[in-house]
Amino acid sequence: MKNYLSYVLFLTALLFCIQCGKEDFRLEAEEGEEMSGGSGTIFSVSNNAFSFQHPGLDDQQGLFFFTGNSLFNQNWVTAPASTTARDGIGPLFNARSCSGCHFKDGRGRAPLTQGERVHGLLLRLSTGNDFVLGPMPDPNYGGQLQDLSIQGVNTEADFEITYEEIAGQYPDGTPYSLQKPIYKLFNLQEGNITATEISPRVANQVIGMGLLEAIEESTLLSFADENDLDGDGISGKANYVWNVEAQATTIGRFGWKANQPNVRQQVAAAFSGDMGLTSSIFPENNCPPSIDCNEIPHGGDPEVIDVNFDKVVLYTSSLAVPGRRDWEDKDVLRGKLLFERANCGSCHIPKMTTGQHSTFNAFSNQTIRPYTDMLLHDMGEGLADNSPDFLANGREWRTPPLWGIGLFNIVNGHTNYLHDARARNLEEAILWHGGEAEASKQAFMQMTADERENLIKFLNSL
Amino acid sequence: MNKYFYFVALAMVIGFASCNNDDDSNNLDNLKESVVADYATLVFNNYTAAFNDAQTLRTALNAFTSNPSETTLQAAKDAWLASRESYGITEAFRFANGPIDIIGTEEGPEGLLNAWPLDENFIDYVDGSTNAGIINDPTTYPTIDKDLLIMLNGEGGEENVSVGYHAIEFLLWGQDLTDPSDKQAGMRPHTDFVDGGTASNQDRRRAYLNVCADLLIDHLQLLLDQWQEGGAYRTEFLAFNKDEALSGMMTGIATLSKSELAGERTFTAYDNRDQEDEHSCFSDNTHRDLRLNFAGIKNVYLALINGTENNSIHDLVSDQDAALATEVRAALDAAEVSVNATAIPFDFAISDDSTRPNVLAAVTALRALGDKIAEAGTALGIQVDTE
Repeated sequence: MKNYLSYVLFLTALLFCIQCGKEDFRLEAEEGEEMSGGSGTIFSVSNNAFSFQHPGLDDQQGLFFFTGNSLFNQNWVTAPASTTARDGIGPLFNARSCSGCHFKDGRGRAPLTQGERVHGLLLRLSTGNDFVLGPMPDPNYGGQLQDLSIQGVNTEADFEITYEEIAGQYPDGTPYSLQKPIYKLFNLQEGNITATEISPRVANQVIGMGLLEAIEESTLLSFADENDLDGDGISGKANYVWNVEAQATTIGRFGWKANQPNVRQQVAAAFSGDMGLTSSIFPENNCPPSIDCNEIPHGGDPEVIDVNFDKVVLYTSSLAVPGRRDWEDKDVLRGKLLFERANCGSCHIPKMTTGQHSTFNAFSNQTIRPYTDMLLHDMGEGLADNSPDFLANGREWRTPPLWGIGLFNIVNGHTNYLHDARARNLEEAILWHGGEAEASKQAFMQMTADERENLIKFLNSL
Repeated sequence: MNKYFYFVALAMVIGFASCNNDDDSNNLDNLKESVVADYATLVFNNYTAAFNDAQTLRTALNAFTSNPSETTLQAAKDAWLASRESYGITEAFRFANGPIDIIGTEEGPEGLLNAWPLDENFIDYVDGSTNAGIINDPTTYPTIDKDLLIMLNGEGGEENVSVGYHAIEFLLWGQDLTDPSDKQAGMRPHTDFVDGGTASNQDRRRAYLNVCADLLIDHLQLLLDQWQEGGAYRTEFLAFNKDEALSGMMTGIATLSKSELAGERTFTAYDNRDQEDEHSCFSDNTHRDLRLNFAGIKNVYLALINGTENNSIHDLVSDQDAALATEVRAALDAAEVSVNATAIPFDFAISDDSTRPNVLAAVTALRALGDKIAEAGTALGIQVDTE
């Protein structure tokens, strides 16, 4: 009898152990993991999810945020105009407003039809690269193709994208198909083009920029392993780029190749390259060789006056990060575990703490979950643009933060991912990973269909 | 025996005490349920009024386009102004995760009803650019219909607004090109709609206006469908955990007060000193928007249905923290006074040195009100956001 009882007890205990196997013990959400953007995280699943103000701004900043928002959203017009605060666009530009590409402060996409304008994808052009000064522009077309212009000035060129379908198969036999974009320029108006490489770049979601700016350089460098000393196949190196205001080379943080050192220069570069607007940081107009820009009315010197520029920087820095959805869902938690096991988190580093932000105290000392290391990684031949950018070579890209990626469909009505928006969904985005991420991609491919689905559910909860 | 009795007595005391607690919390739960139910009634009433006024507006717009004259244009403008009175107060139902912002997982119709500021030259000619806009581009857009205008709304930038109240406003009034101190709205001539009259593409301009009128009705109908008794959202809303429902309601008015109204609509225009930044810039009706949005906040907080107080958020706050309820009420009254003290029209109020301080005072009062509502939420144990 006694033996029988202990047998039952033993069996029960055994069953219990199996039930709560190794995996299930970890299927609990981590305390606070839903707070992607630290204490300033907001919770929204509306199409305005990327447009909230960081709750930690002080009263004055909180008000100037709204002025910044209006400057970000509103269309700039040709000079001279009655709207003196917002004139001087062009002569060449890609969009009339920041929100043209960063619609609802979110992610752009590739044109749906040939000739569609202002969608959020632009083409960078280069004839080479200088480690200190960055990519060398095309002598006739500059560093970026602008597909819009003011009246009386020709647009530089049109471009067309065609897609080649590449069929593939998971080890379990499930087929998939990826689309590879091919770019063609035509209607060239400025003569011969020298640039040999075209690098497409899609507009990023603007959330959490101030927090990313507040991460200490030493923290980023602690993620780096440039010579892969730990032998995991993943190196990670920091870009170092020309910082105009500092007149020095400093660590790169923003842009698809981490080629901008801070939010201010990122904003100034977008005003200059994408909208044809001068600022104190970039006072020179982008002028094609065929026209004399001195003959064209401009919107002031600079066109974006400092007081307005600072408000756009404030706005761009302080859009809040939306918190997670379904972070306690078991499938999501399984997906999170699979994400860890596939070593995705080596580059998409889940959690870190910010240092002191030089301007906005609200971003200082925050525990954030951006899922990035902000470093450059070789992503393989499939994603290579062959356009070096400061220290980034033609196969290297910055690990993009994953926070907010599950909200693109709600905010922007599409699920296109990667630097040129070629991936039609998250699954395709993963399957494009190569180079340093090859092993992680292989791990994903080896998963069962259910596991792959859970991993994607996890990504959609970010 | 004594010992036994003592235990029984103690058990009874404990029982009573917890019964009393239950009664208290039951009362509070009942009140919450009534507050939420009365909110649903308020919302439906307000949207019904907006819908009815929009129908009157459509009739007036159709009458204008079939026989454009100064008289029919004035009648259409009057109908537009009247329609804004009933729509303006419904903005207090925004930012509450309700159907105006989100229906299921789809975007709600707000951006199709009330999007602003709009870039005029996306729709029609403007000063210095006679061929601008969808209306003057028959090659790219041969037919102006509902599908086209919905597709174009927001294309190429958030300011590229093609439909809604403010698109209609621009077509009726035209650009306000005069100095704010002239206190003059836009002065589009009715002949812009007469074949062979002023500007070109008059037929397309008429069609555009009629399509906008139809869409206004369609989109308000969506809201009525959701909020009517037995409607999908109303049913869902009444079944919510009451604290969740209250959190949405209070977040809506706190956000409207502190962020949308104080920040986006008032401070931005004040800071830029630019009449292009005012909500109804063509008709110079922004002073009404400001007052009506505020009235909407007050309606929600006090559950004012047809001017009569019902079971309200204020009752709940009073029940939990009478002193705080007095403070919220004071903030509400102070905001009302300062909103009413802003000069008319709004473009004059933001641009003239003598009237600007009053605008800033209204901003401050509305932000304080938003913060107080959030504080009231904390007292009720409810998360209320103001961003």
